Amino acid sequence: MLLQALAFYVFAFVVMASAAMVVVSRNPVYSVLFLILAFFNAAALFLLIGAEFIAMILIIVYVGAVAVLFLFVVMMLDINLAKLREGFLKYLPVGAMIGFVLFLEILFGLGVLGGNSTSLAGIGQAMPQVIAIDNTRAIGRVLYTQYFYLFQVAGLVLLVAMIGAIVLTLRRRPGLRRQRISEQLYRPKDEAVTVVKVPTRGGV
Amino acid sequence: MTIGLDHYLFVAAVLFTLGILGIFLNRKNVIVILMCVELMLLAVNINLVAFSVFQVNIVGQIFAMLVLTVAAAEAAIGLAILVVYFRIRGTIEVEDINAMKG
Repeated sequence: MLLQALAFYVFAFVVMASAAMVVVSRNPVYSVLFLILAFFNAAALFLLIGAEFIAMILIIVYVGAVAVLFLFVVMMLDINLAKLREGFLKYLPVGAMIGFVLFLEILFGLGVLGGNSTSLAGIGQAMPQVIAIDNTRAIGRVLYTQYFYLFQVAGLVLLVAMIGAIVLTLRRRPGLRRQRISEQLYRPKDEAVTVVKVPTRGGV
Repeated sequence: MTIGLDHYLFVAAVLFTLGILGIFLNRKNVIVILMCVELMLLAVNINLVAFSVFQVNIVGQIFAMLVLTVAAAEAAIGLAILVVYFRIRGTIEVEDINAMKG
């Protein structure tokens, strides 16, 4: 139990520190790399609590797809970094104040600061029980039966996102010669082939 | 020394606040703003999964998966719009995005 607590504190500290580095990092490439670190450690937190499937999905989807997409776009766009950093210090007081107030509000809502954590009193003490079936099997039993339509709608959302991204980024450049197969196939014979009567010893 | 629900909720609260702070601080860089949105969605996921585990109710993890799906779709569409915008205007500053006078 002590080891679990220690692991939790290490992972939680790394998550929060790397999230802070995402915000304050000067170079967007470093921001993306810290984002990947934060996702890995959040997955480790999920593993600690016993949600293995979500942890693995988090690594596959976020690190494997989303973060790599971010990295790709950051490296592909030729952006002026110094210009984008302007105003960082200008917005720092207002941003820090709003963030601090929001954080205090969340803590009040959780009952950490107010001292009356009546809303969480019943839940917080309950330890995760040892469930008879493993996490992935439990998710599968609910996901493919009770929430099957929701599952399909999630697939539809991904399909629409994929089509939207392709349609947005597809462009036809003028002056680019590309093969048009249908025109090639529908070309009539008399404009493709000319029969030349070659005189003997004359050449064409 | 046991790790309870409060610990996870605290981590999620810190992550969410850092996401909000990042949106305020990086007012010009759209890519970092999108990353901060991802951070906030991660915080929401931590909340959902923590409640799901400590209440022994698997539905929270199903919902976390759906949030993850929407986050992936949002990142894909957002970055596609960003690429198209950069191709047209040559910059990704937020203050230049005023063509629709919104």
